[in-house]
Amino acid sequence: MALPLAPGAPVRVRLDWPEARGPAHIRTPHYVRGRQGTIVRHLGDFPNPEDLAFARPAAKLPLYHVRFDQPAIWHEGAGGDELLVEIFGSWLEPA
Amino acid sequence: MAGTGMNPIEADSGKLLEAVRALLGAKGIVTAPEIAERIALTDAANPGQGARMVAKAWLDPAYRALMLGDGTAAAEALGIFMRGAPPLGVLENTAEMHHLVVCTLCSCYPRAVLGYPPFWFKSAAYRARAVRDPRGLIAEWGTVLPADVKVRVVDSTADYRWMVLPLRPAGTERWDAARLAGIVREGDMIGVTVPKAT
Repeated sequence: MALPLAPGAPVRVRLDWPEARGPAHIRTPHYVRGRQGTIVRHLGDFPNPEDLAFARPAAKLPLYHVRFDQPAIWHEGAGGDELLVEIFGSWLEPA
Repeated sequence: MAGTGMNPIEADSGKLLEAVRALLGAKGIVTAPEIAERIALTDAANPGQGARMVAKAWLDPAYRALMLGDGTAAAEALGIFMRGAPPLGVLENTAEMHHLVVCTLCSCYPRAVLGYPPFWFKSAAYRARAVRDPRGLIAEWGTVLPADVKVRVVDSTADYRWMVLPLRPAGTERWDAARLAGIVREGDMIGVTVPKAT
């Protein structure tokens, strides 16, 4: 996703698995794959881990803090609790 | 490794380390004194460094603002060696929000300011439970939060390292920086516990 994502933007974590697309290094926790969250802020631009993992030249990509509603993810827990996860823009799609 | 006669899986790890160090030196990538310096720096890092930052933030509003905006700069301002370390982010606990840090993918930890992680931080149990049942997990440390305090679990999955700036406990009003730093433990800066006036 090339567009810069603004705070408050709804996003979905790509339902992306190495088992489906072949050898890949995907640093999104399984529990948020395919789930909807909200952009909190842009943390900066960092080298793409998908390339670093295979010693390829790595372009810098935007890294975001994405908030998820904790009880909605786990179907248990206390209302209002949340999860904050660092996710690269390339692993997000608009929701 | 064909032709070397060495299987890296079965090799004695001490011999392997010695071989890698010798190769790094022979190829001019890094010298033995540089390796020794880095080991010394790593060994010197400990939770007392993070505790000094917390104590200063409790006493000095300008430092607190710096720490929340740029944790790396705040650490360096206290003489903590940050060169080569990942950027440090600081999570501010408030009367409304408590933070808990975990790395579910591996064991990312702000080693420059907290030293080596405690053994449980890297355990599968901690990593699984922190995101699923954070209140139940920290209750096992004796940390029970009021129902109106929200929990934000910060899963450290990428390039930042995160530490918690805990709330200053009541009863510490006239304390100086050294005494304040003395009550801040590593668990308080991970978020499994909160500091107490003792």
